[in-house]
Amino acid sequence: VETYRGFVFLSFDPDIVDLETYLAGAKEYLDLVIDGASGDIEIIKGTHEYGMAANWKLLVENSIDGYHAAPLHSTYFQYLASVGTDISAGITGVGLDLGNGHAVVEGDAPWGRPIANWEPSFGAEAKEAIEQIRADLVAKHGEELTHRMANTSRNLLIYPNLIINDIMAVTVRTFMPTAPDRTEITAWQLAPRTELPLLRERRLDNFLTFLGPGGFATPDDIEALEACQSGFNSGGIEWNDVSRGMARTPQQSDEEQMRTFWRRWSEQIETESSTQRRSK
Amino acid sequence: MTTSEANAVTTPLTAIENVERPQVEDLLFLEAQLLDEWRLDDWLELYTEDARYVIPATDTPNGDPNRDLVLIDDDRPRMQSRVDRLNSRKAHREYPHSNTRHMVTNVQLGACERGVLPVTAAFAVFRFRQGKSVYYVGRYLLELTVADGRLRIQSKRVELDLTALRPNYDVAIIL
Repeated sequence: VETYRGFVFLSFDPDIVDLETYLAGAKEYLDLVIDGASGDIEIIKGTHEYGMAANWKLLVENSIDGYHAAPLHSTYFQYLASVGTDISAGITGVGLDLGNGHAVVEGDAPWGRPIANWEPSFGAEAKEAIEQIRADLVAKHGEELTHRMANTSRNLLIYPNLIINDIMAVTVRTFMPTAPDRTEITAWQLAPRTELPLLRERRLDNFLTFLGPGGFATPDDIEALEACQSGFNSGGIEWNDVSRGMARTPQQSDEEQMRTFWRRWSEQIETESSTQRRSK
Repeated sequence: MTTSEANAVTTPLTAIENVERPQVEDLLFLEAQLLDEWRLDDWLELYTEDARYVIPATDTPNGDPNRDLVLIDDDRPRMQSRVDRLNSRKAHREYPHSNTRHMVTNVQLGACERGVLPVTAAFAVFRFRQGKSVYYVGRYLLELTVADGRLRIQSKRVELDLTALRPNYDVAIIL
Protein backbone atom coordinates (compact mmCIF):
# COMPACT_ATOMS: atom_id res chain seq x y z
CA VAL A 1 0.00 0.00 0.00
CA GLU A 2 1.35 3.41 -0.96
CA THR A 3 -0.22 6.84 -1.27
CA TYR A 4 0.25 9.72 -3.66
CA ARG A 5 -1.26 13.10 -2.72
CA GLY A 6 -4.09 11.44 -0.84
CA PHE A 7 -4.80 8.65 -3.31
CA VAL A 8 -4.23 5.21 -1.79
CA PHE A 9 -3.01 2.46 -4.13
CA LEU A 10 -2.88 -1.24 -3.35
CA SER A 11 -1.12 -4.03 -5.23
CA PHE A 12 -0.91 -7.74 -4.51
CA ASP A 13 2.08 -8.16 -6.84
CA PRO A 14 5.15 -9.07 -4.71
CA ASP A 15 7.38 -7.55 -7.42
CA ILE A 16 5.45 -4.27 -7.69
CA VAL A 17 7.60 -1.19 -8.30
CA ASP A 18 7.31 1.86 -6.05
CA LEU A 19 4.21 3.98 -6.65
CA GLU A 20 5.80 6.97 -8.38
CA THR A 21 7.61 4.67 -10.80
CA TYR A 22 4.35 2.82 -11.38
CA LEU A 23 2.41 6.03 -12.04
CA ALA A 24 4.97 7.09 -14.68
CA GLY A 25 3.50 9.82 -16.92
CA ALA A 26 0.16 9.66 -15.11
CA LYS A 27 1.70 11.49 -12.14
CA GLU A 28 1.80 14.78 -14.03
CA TYR A 29 -1.91 14.47 -14.82
CA LEU A 30 -2.84 13.60 -11.24
CA ASP A 31 -0.92 16.72 -10.19
CA LEU A 32 -2.76 18.78 -12.78
CA VAL A 33 -6.19 17.62 -11.52
CA ILE A 34 -5.28 18.13 -7.85
CA ASP A 35 -3.46 21.48 -8.28
CA GLY A 36 -6.24 22.73 -10.56
CA ALA A 37 -8.68 21.98 -7.74
CA SER A 38 -6.69 24.32 -5.45
CA GLY A 39 -4.29 21.57 -4.30
CA ASP A 40 -6.40 20.97 -1.20
CA ILE A 41 -8.98 18.42 -2.25
CA GLU A 42 -11.64 16.18 -0.78
CA ILE A 43 -13.97 13.43 -1.87
CA ILE A 44 -17.50 14.76 -1.41
CA LYS A 45 -19.79 12.73 0.83
CA GLY A 46 -22.11 10.42 -1.14
CA THR A 47 -21.13 7.52 -3.39
CA HIS A 48 -22.49 6.26 -6.68
CA GLU A 49 -22.55 2.48 -6.43
CA TYR A 50 -24.00 0.95 -9.57
CA GLY A 51 -23.34 -1.76 -12.09
CA MET A 52 -23.57 -3.03 -15.63
CA ALA A 53 -23.97 -6.33 -17.41
CA ALA A 54 -20.78 -5.97 -19.45
CA ASN A 55 -17.08 -6.75 -19.21
CA TRP A 56 -15.03 -4.30 -17.13
CA LYS A 57 -12.59 -3.60 -19.98
CA LEU A 58 -15.42 -2.06 -21.99
CA LEU A 59 -15.81 0.54 -19.24
CA VAL A 60 -12.08 1.33 -19.49
CA GLU A 61 -12.53 1.99 -23.20
CA ASN A 62 -15.69 4.03 -22.63
CA SER A 63 -14.21 6.13 -19.82
CA ILE A 64 -11.31 7.37 -21.95
CA ASP A 65 -12.99 7.33 -25.33
CA GLY A 66 -12.86 10.63 -27.16
CA TYR A 67 -15.44 10.26 -29.90
CA HIS A 68 -18.56 8.65 -28.49
CA ALA A 69 -19.70 11.71 -26.53
CA ALA A 70 -21.34 13.71 -29.32
CA PRO A 71 -23.36 10.88 -30.94
CA LEU A 72 -24.18 8.81 -27.82
CA HIS A 73 -24.87 11.72 -25.49
CA SER A 74 -26.80 13.97 -27.86
CA THR A 75 -29.51 14.39 -25.19
CA TYR A 76 -26.87 15.81 -22.82
CA PHE A 77 -25.53 18.23 -25.42
CA GLN A 78 -29.10 19.26 -26.15
CA TYR A 79 -29.48 19.99 -22.44
CA LEU A 80 -26.26 22.06 -22.48
CA ALA A 81 -27.53 24.03 -25.47
CA SER A 82 -30.85 24.60 -23.69
CA VAL A 83 -29.09 26.22 -20.72
CA GLY A 84 -27.10 28.49 -23.02
CA THR A 85 -23.78 26.68 -23.43
CA ASP A 86 -22.04 27.23 -26.77
CA ILE A 87 -21.00 23.75 -27.85
CA SER A 88 -20.28 24.60 -31.48
CA ALA A 89 -16.51 24.24 -31.02
CA GLY A 90 -16.84 20.53 -30.18
CA ILE A 91 -14.07 18.60 -28.48
CA THR A 92 -10.55 18.69 -29.87
CA GLY A 93 -7.32 17.54 -28.28
CA VAL A 94 -4.80 14.73 -27.98
CA GLY A 95 -4.59 11.12 -26.83
CA LEU A 96 -1.42 10.05 -25.00
CA ASP A 97 0.31 6.88 -23.81
CA LEU A 98 1.58 7.70 -20.29
CA GLY A 99 3.50 4.46 -19.76
CA ASN A 100 2.71 1.27 -17.77
CA GLY A 101 -0.73 1.06 -19.37
CA HIS A 102 -1.83 4.52 -18.18
CA ALA A 103 -3.35 6.84 -20.76
CA VAL A 104 -5.14 10.15 -21.13
CA VAL A 105 -7.20 12.12 -23.59
CA GLU A 106 -7.00 15.85 -23.10
CA GLY A 107 -8.83 18.55 -25.01
CA ASP A 108 -10.62 21.89 -25.02
CA ALA A 109 -13.67 21.76 -22.78
CA PRO A 110 -16.97 22.52 -24.53
CA TRP A 111 -18.67 22.80 -21.12
CA GLY A 112 -18.26 25.20 -18.22
CA ARG A 113 -15.90 24.10 -15.44
CA PRO A 114 -16.13 25.28 -11.84
CA ILE A 115 -12.35 25.55 -12.02
CA ALA A 116 -12.14 28.87 -13.72
CA ASN A 117 -14.15 28.33 -16.90
CA TRP A 118 -17.29 30.39 -16.43
CA GLU A 119 -20.43 29.51 -18.29
CA PRO A 120 -23.71 31.50 -18.64
CA SER A 121 -25.69 28.80 -16.78
CA PHE A 122 -23.45 29.32 -13.71
CA GLY A 123 -25.08 32.73 -13.25
CA ALA A 124 -23.59 36.22 -13.09
CA GLU A 125 -22.79 36.02 -9.37
CA ALA A 126 -20.43 33.08 -9.96
CA LYS A 127 -18.46 35.00 -12.58
CA GLU A 128 -16.47 37.14 -10.19
CA ALA A 129 -15.61 34.18 -7.95
CA ILE A 130 -14.39 32.18 -10.92
CA GLU A 131 -12.29 35.07 -12.20
CA GLN A 132 -10.67 35.24 -8.76
CA ILE A 133 -9.89 31.50 -8.81
CA ARG A 134 -8.34 31.91 -12.22
CA ALA A 135 -6.19 34.84 -11.08
CA ASP A 136 -4.99 32.78 -8.10
CA LEU A 137 -4.12 29.84 -10.35
CA VAL A 138 -2.19 32.10 -12.75
CA ALA A 139 -0.24 33.60 -9.84
CA LYS A 140 0.64 30.13 -8.59
CA HIS A 141 1.11 28.10 -11.77
CA GLY A 142 1.50 30.58 -14.67
CA GLU A 143 -0.79 31.25 -17.62
CA GLU A 144 -0.02 28.12 -19.62
CA LEU A 145 -0.69 25.57 -16.88
CA THR A 146 -3.72 27.56 -15.73
CA HIS A 147 -5.17 27.35 -19.24
CA ARG A 148 -4.86 23.56 -19.10
CA MET A 149 -6.35 23.38 -15.60
CA ALA A 150 -9.24 25.70 -16.35
CA ASN A 151 -10.10 25.36 -20.02
CA THR A 152 -9.25 21.79 -20.93
CA SER A 153 -10.79 18.50 -19.87
CA ARG A 154 -8.97 15.24 -19.36
CA ASN A 155 -10.03 11.62 -19.07
CA LEU A 156 -7.27 9.75 -17.26
CA LEU A 157 -6.82 6.01 -16.89
CA ILE A 158 -4.48 4.77 -14.21
CA TYR A 159 -4.01 1.16 -15.22
CA PRO A 160 -5.84 -1.09 -14.70
CA ASN A 161 -9.09 0.16 -13.15
CA LEU A 162 -8.88 3.73 -11.85
CA ILE A 163 -10.45 6.52 -13.87
CA ILE A 164 -10.14 10.19 -13.02
CA ASN A 165 -12.22 12.25 -15.39
CA ASP A 166 -11.65 15.98 -14.96
CA ILE A 167 -14.45 17.10 -17.26
CA MET A 168 -17.45 19.31 -16.33
CA ALA A 169 -16.72 18.17 -12.75
CA VAL A 170 -14.17 15.68 -11.42
CA THR A 171 -15.16 12.05 -10.99
CA VAL A 172 -13.02 9.34 -9.49
CA ARG A 173 -14.24 5.95 -10.61
CA THR A 174 -13.14 2.39 -10.04
CA PHE A 175 -14.71 -0.90 -10.98
CA MET A 176 -14.43 -4.58 -10.20
CA PRO A 177 -15.53 -7.47 -12.38
CA THR A 178 -17.71 -10.00 -10.57
CA ALA A 179 -18.13 -12.12 -13.73
CA PRO A 180 -16.90 -11.87 -17.34
CA ASP A 181 -20.09 -9.98 -18.21
CA ARG A 182 -20.79 -8.23 -14.93
CA THR A 183 -19.08 -5.19 -13.39
CA GLU A 184 -19.61 -3.30 -10.16
CA ILE A 185 -18.85 0.40 -10.52
CA THR A 186 -18.12 2.83 -7.70
CA ALA A 187 -17.76 6.54 -8.36
CA TRP A 188 -17.04 9.55 -6.21
CA GLN A 189 -16.76 13.28 -6.73
CA LEU A 190 -13.53 15.15 -6.09
CA ALA A 191 -13.61 18.87 -5.30
CA PRO A 192 -11.59 21.63 -3.65
CA ARG A 193 -11.94 21.24 0.11
CA THR A 194 -12.78 24.89 0.62
CA GLU A 195 -15.08 25.97 -2.16
CA LEU A 196 -17.65 28.76 -2.18
CA PRO A 197 -21.11 27.17 -1.63
CA LEU A 198 -22.26 28.88 -4.83
CA LEU A 199 -19.55 27.18 -6.89
CA ARG A 200 -19.98 23.88 -5.08
CA GLU A 201 -23.63 23.91 -6.16
CA ARG A 202 -22.67 24.60 -9.78
CA ARG A 203 -20.12 21.78 -9.56
CA LEU A 204 -22.69 19.35 -8.16
CA ASP A 205 -25.16 20.34 -10.90
CA ASN A 206 -22.48 19.90 -13.55
CA PHE A 207 -21.63 16.46 -12.23
CA LEU A 208 -25.17 15.17 -11.87
CA THR A 209 -26.53 16.33 -15.20
CA PHE A 210 -23.92 14.23 -17.03
CA LEU A 211 -22.56 11.66 -14.60
CA GLY A 212 -23.87 8.84 -12.48
CA PRO A 213 -26.71 6.36 -12.59
CA GLY A 214 -29.31 9.15 -12.61
CA GLY A 215 -27.43 11.50 -14.97
CA PHE A 216 -28.33 12.44 -18.54
CA ALA A 217 -25.36 10.48 -19.97
CA THR A 218 -24.09 7.57 -17.83
CA PRO A 219 -27.22 5.37 -18.25
CA ASP A 220 -26.74 5.58 -22.02
CA ASP A 221 -23.09 4.55 -21.65
CA ILE A 222 -24.27 1.48 -19.73
CA GLU A 223 -26.77 0.72 -22.49
CA ALA A 224 -24.06 1.01 -25.16
CA LEU A 225 -21.60 -1.19 -23.28
CA GLU A 226 -24.22 -3.85 -22.62
CA ALA A 227 -25.09 -3.78 -26.32
CA CYS A 228 -21.37 -4.31 -27.11
CA GLN A 229 -21.33 -7.22 -24.66
CA SER A 230 -24.31 -8.79 -26.43
CA GLY A 231 -22.45 -8.37 -29.70
CA PHE A 232 -19.33 -10.07 -28.33
CA ASN A 233 -21.48 -12.85 -26.87
CA SER A 234 -22.82 -13.58 -30.35
CA GLY A 235 -19.56 -15.42 -30.99
CA GLY A 236 -19.03 -14.02 -34.46
CA ILE A 237 -16.58 -11.29 -33.51
CA GLU A 238 -12.87 -12.04 -33.62
CA TRP A 239 -11.40 -8.55 -33.52
CA ASN A 240 -12.16 -5.22 -31.92
CA ASP A 241 -10.57 -2.63 -34.21
CA VAL A 242 -8.85 0.15 -32.25
CA SER A 243 -6.43 1.24 -34.96
CA ARG A 244 -7.76 4.76 -35.42
CA GLY A 245 -4.93 7.30 -35.45
CA MET A 246 -2.05 4.81 -35.70
CA ALA A 247 -0.60 6.61 -38.69
CA ARG A 248 -0.62 10.13 -37.23
CA THR A 249 -0.02 12.03 -34.03
CA PRO A 250 -2.96 10.64 -32.02
CA GLN A 251 -5.85 13.04 -31.59
CA GLN A 252 -8.38 13.09 -28.79
CA SER A 253 -10.81 11.28 -31.12
CA ASP A 254 -8.27 8.55 -31.96
CA GLU A 255 -7.68 5.28 -30.15
CA GLU A 256 -4.10 5.57 -28.91
CA GLN A 257 -5.31 5.58 -25.29
CA MET A 258 -7.20 2.32 -25.84
CA ARG A 259 -4.23 0.69 -27.53
CA THR A 260 -2.11 1.72 -24.52
CA PHE A 261 -4.47 -0.10 -22.18
CA TRP A 262 -4.85 -3.19 -24.34
CA ARG A 263 -1.08 -3.50 -25.01
CA ARG A 264 -0.34 -3.54 -21.30
CA TRP A 265 -3.23 -5.91 -20.59
CA SER A 266 -2.10 -8.23 -23.36
CA GLU A 267 1.50 -8.06 -22.13
CA GLN A 268 0.44 -9.08 -18.61
CA ILE A 269 -2.31 -11.58 -19.32
CA GLU A 270 -1.07 -13.21 -22.49
CA THR A 271 2.58 -13.38 -21.44
CA GLU A 272 1.67 -14.82 -18.07
CA SER A 273 -0.69 -17.41 -19.49
CA SER A 274 1.85 -18.45 -22.13
CA THR A 275 4.49 -18.79 -19.34
CA GLN A 276 2.06 -20.94 -17.41
CA ARG A 277 1.39 -23.04 -20.49
CA ARG A 278 5.11 -23.56 -21.05
CA SER A 279 5.70 -24.60 -17.46
CA LYS A 280 3.03 -27.31 -17.70
CA MET B 1 -60.06 9.36 -17.06
CA THR B 2 -59.72 7.24 -13.92
CA THR B 3 -61.34 8.22 -10.64
CA SER B 4 -58.06 9.31 -9.07
CA GLU B 5 -57.21 11.29 -12.18
CA ALA B 6 -60.61 12.97 -12.17
CA ASN B 7 -60.43 13.76 -8.46
CA ALA B 8 -56.90 15.10 -8.58
CA VAL B 9 -57.52 17.21 -11.64
CA THR B 10 -61.04 18.53 -11.18
CA THR B 11 -61.70 19.01 -7.47
CA PRO B 12 -60.95 22.68 -6.77
CA LEU B 13 -59.08 23.31 -3.55
CA THR B 14 -58.62 26.50 -1.66
CA ALA B 15 -56.57 25.64 1.42
CA ILE B 16 -53.93 23.00 1.97
CA GLU B 17 -55.10 22.78 5.60
CA ASN B 18 -58.34 21.10 4.43
CA VAL B 19 -56.61 18.38 2.43
CA GLU B 20 -57.15 14.86 3.73
CA ARG B 21 -55.48 11.55 3.03
CA PRO B 22 -57.81 10.38 0.22
CA GLN B 23 -56.97 13.48 -1.81
CA VAL B 24 -53.26 12.95 -1.24
CA GLU B 25 -53.60 9.30 -2.23
CA ASP B 26 -55.48 10.27 -5.39
CA LEU B 27 -52.60 12.53 -6.34
CA LEU B 28 -49.93 9.91 -5.61
CA PHE B 29 -51.85 7.16 -7.41
CA LEU B 30 -52.29 9.45 -10.39
CA GLU B 31 -48.57 10.20 -10.39
CA ALA B 32 -47.82 6.45 -10.35
CA GLN B 33 -50.24 5.89 -13.22
CA LEU B 34 -48.80 8.69 -15.37
CA LEU B 35 -45.27 7.42 -14.83
CA ASP B 36 -46.24 3.84 -15.66
CA GLU B 37 -48.02 5.03 -18.81
CA TRP B 38 -44.98 7.17 -19.74
CA ARG B 39 -47.18 10.30 -19.87
CA LEU B 40 -44.28 12.37 -18.62
CA ASP B 41 -45.54 15.77 -19.78
CA ASP B 42 -48.73 15.16 -17.78
CA TRP B 43 -46.60 13.93 -14.87
CA LEU B 44 -44.68 17.21 -14.78
CA GLU B 45 -47.96 19.12 -14.49
CA LEU B 46 -48.44 17.59 -11.02
CA TYR B 47 -45.48 19.68 -9.81
CA THR B 48 -45.25 23.36 -8.90
CA GLU B 49 -43.07 25.75 -10.90
CA ASP B 50 -40.51 25.82 -8.07
CA ALA B 51 -40.49 22.03 -7.57
CA ARG B 52 -37.49 19.92 -6.71
CA TYR B 53 -36.94 16.19 -7.25
CA VAL B 54 -34.08 14.59 -5.30
CA ILE B 55 -32.72 11.06 -4.86
CA PRO B 56 -29.88 10.84 -2.31
CA ALA B 57 -27.01 8.38 -2.81
CA THR B 58 -27.61 4.87 -1.47
CA ASP B 59 -24.83 5.23 1.13
CA THR B 60 -25.97 8.71 2.26
CA PRO B 61 -29.78 8.62 2.60
CA ASN B 62 -29.74 11.87 4.58
CA GLY B 63 -27.56 13.57 1.94
CA ASP B 64 -28.01 17.29 1.32
CA PRO B 65 -28.10 17.93 -2.44
CA ASN B 66 -26.59 21.40 -1.94
CA ARG B 67 -23.46 19.96 -0.39
CA ASP B 68 -23.25 16.20 -0.93
CA LEU B 69 -23.17 13.94 -3.97
CA VAL B 70 -26.66 12.59 -4.62
CA LEU B 71 -28.07 10.52 -7.46
CA ILE B 72 -30.54 13.08 -8.76
CA ASP B 73 -31.06 16.75 -7.89
CA ASP B 74 -33.50 18.32 -10.35
CA ASP B 75 -35.08 21.72 -10.09
CA ARG B 76 -38.15 22.29 -12.26
CA PRO B 77 -36.18 23.24 -15.42
CA ARG B 78 -34.05 20.09 -15.06
CA MET B 79 -37.17 17.99 -14.46
CA GLN B 80 -38.36 19.38 -17.80
CA SER B 81 -34.98 18.45 -19.38
CA ARG B 82 -35.27 14.96 -17.92
CA VAL B 83 -38.75 14.59 -19.41
CA ASP B 84 -37.61 15.95 -22.79
CA ARG B 85 -34.70 13.50 -22.75
CA LEU B 86 -36.87 10.51 -21.84
CA ASN B 87 -39.42 11.50 -24.50
CA SER B 88 -36.75 11.46 -27.20
CA ARG B 89 -35.51 8.42 -29.06
CA LYS B 90 -31.94 9.33 -28.06
CA ALA B 91 -32.22 8.38 -24.37
CA HIS B 92 -30.81 5.00 -25.30
CA ARG B 93 -31.18 3.42 -21.88
CA GLU B 94 -34.90 4.09 -22.07
CA TYR B 95 -35.59 3.64 -25.77
CA PRO B 96 -37.59 1.51 -25.95
CA HIS B 97 -39.00 2.34 -22.51
CA SER B 98 -38.98 -0.06 -19.59
CA ASN B 99 -42.26 -1.47 -18.37
CA THR B 100 -42.61 -0.03 -14.90
CA ARG B 101 -45.08 -0.40 -12.04
CA HIS B 102 -45.03 2.23 -9.32
CA MET B 103 -46.72 1.07 -6.09
CA VAL B 104 -47.45 3.69 -3.41
CA THR B 105 -48.71 2.84 0.06
CA ASN B 106 -48.47 3.68 3.80
CA VAL B 107 -49.38 7.28 3.07
CA GLN B 108 -49.02 9.46 6.16
CA LEU B 109 -49.79 13.16 6.45
CA GLY B 110 -47.73 15.39 8.70
CA ALA B 111 -48.72 18.72 10.21
CA CYS B 112 -49.36 21.51 7.74
CA GLU B 113 -47.04 24.46 8.07
CA ARG B 114 -46.93 27.71 6.10
CA GLY B 115 -49.07 26.30 3.32
CA VAL B 116 -47.00 23.15 2.91
CA LEU B 117 -48.24 19.67 3.78
CA PRO B 118 -45.50 17.12 4.46
CA VAL B 119 -46.34 13.57 3.41
CA THR B 120 -44.43 10.31 3.65
CA ALA B 121 -45.26 7.17 1.70
CA ALA B 122 -43.67 3.81 1.05
CA PHE B 123 -43.04 2.82 -2.55
CA ALA B 124 -41.90 -0.10 -4.65
CA VAL B 125 -41.07 0.40 -8.31
CA PHE B 126 -40.57 -2.59 -10.59
CA ARG B 127 -38.76 -2.14 -13.90
CA PHE B 128 -38.64 -4.68 -16.71
CA ARG B 129 -36.71 -4.34 -19.94
CA GLN B 130 -35.09 -6.73 -22.39
CA GLY B 131 -35.46 -9.72 -20.08
CA LYS B 132 -34.00 -7.90 -17.08
CA SER B 133 -36.01 -7.29 -13.90
CA VAL B 134 -35.02 -4.78 -11.24
CA TYR B 135 -36.82 -3.10 -8.39
CA TYR B 136 -36.47 0.03 -6.28
CA VAL B 137 -37.89 0.19 -2.76
CA GLY B 138 -37.91 3.04 -0.29
CA ARG B 139 -39.93 5.97 0.92
CA TYR B 140 -41.11 9.20 -0.60
CA LEU B 141 -40.82 12.39 1.40
CA LEU B 142 -43.14 14.87 -0.22
CA GLU B 143 -44.14 18.46 0.29
CA LEU B 144 -47.53 19.28 -1.13
CA THR B 145 -49.12 22.63 -1.65
CA VAL B 146 -52.17 24.15 -3.31
CA ALA B 147 -51.39 26.05 -6.49
CA ASP B 148 -54.06 27.42 -8.86
CA GLY B 149 -56.73 25.59 -6.87
CA ARG B 150 -55.04 22.22 -7.24
CA LEU B 151 -53.02 19.99 -5.00
CA ARG B 152 -49.46 19.98 -6.34
CA ILE B 153 -46.10 18.50 -5.41
CA GLN B 154 -43.50 21.07 -4.44
CA SER B 155 -40.80 18.67 -3.39
CA LYS B 156 -40.21 14.96 -3.80
CA ARG B 157 -37.32 13.24 -2.10
CA VAL B 158 -36.84 9.54 -2.82
CA GLU B 159 -34.90 7.73 -0.11
CA LEU B 160 -33.95 4.26 -1.29
CA ASP B 161 -33.77 1.28 1.07
CA LEU B 162 -31.30 -0.33 -1.35
CA THR B 163 -27.74 -0.25 -0.02
CA ALA B 164 -26.31 0.03 -3.54
CA LEU B 165 -27.63 0.07 -7.12
CA ARG B 166 -25.68 -3.08 -7.87
CA PRO B 167 -28.47 -5.21 -9.20
CA ASN B 168 -30.31 -2.16 -10.50
CA TYR B 169 -27.72 -0.69 -12.90
CA ASP B 170 -29.05 2.88 -12.88
CA VAL B 171 -31.99 5.18 -12.17
CA ALA B 172 -32.72 6.23 -15.75
CA ILE B 173 -36.46 5.96 -15.02
CA ILE B 174 -38.34 8.41 -12.78
CA LEU B 175 -39.07 6.91 -9.37
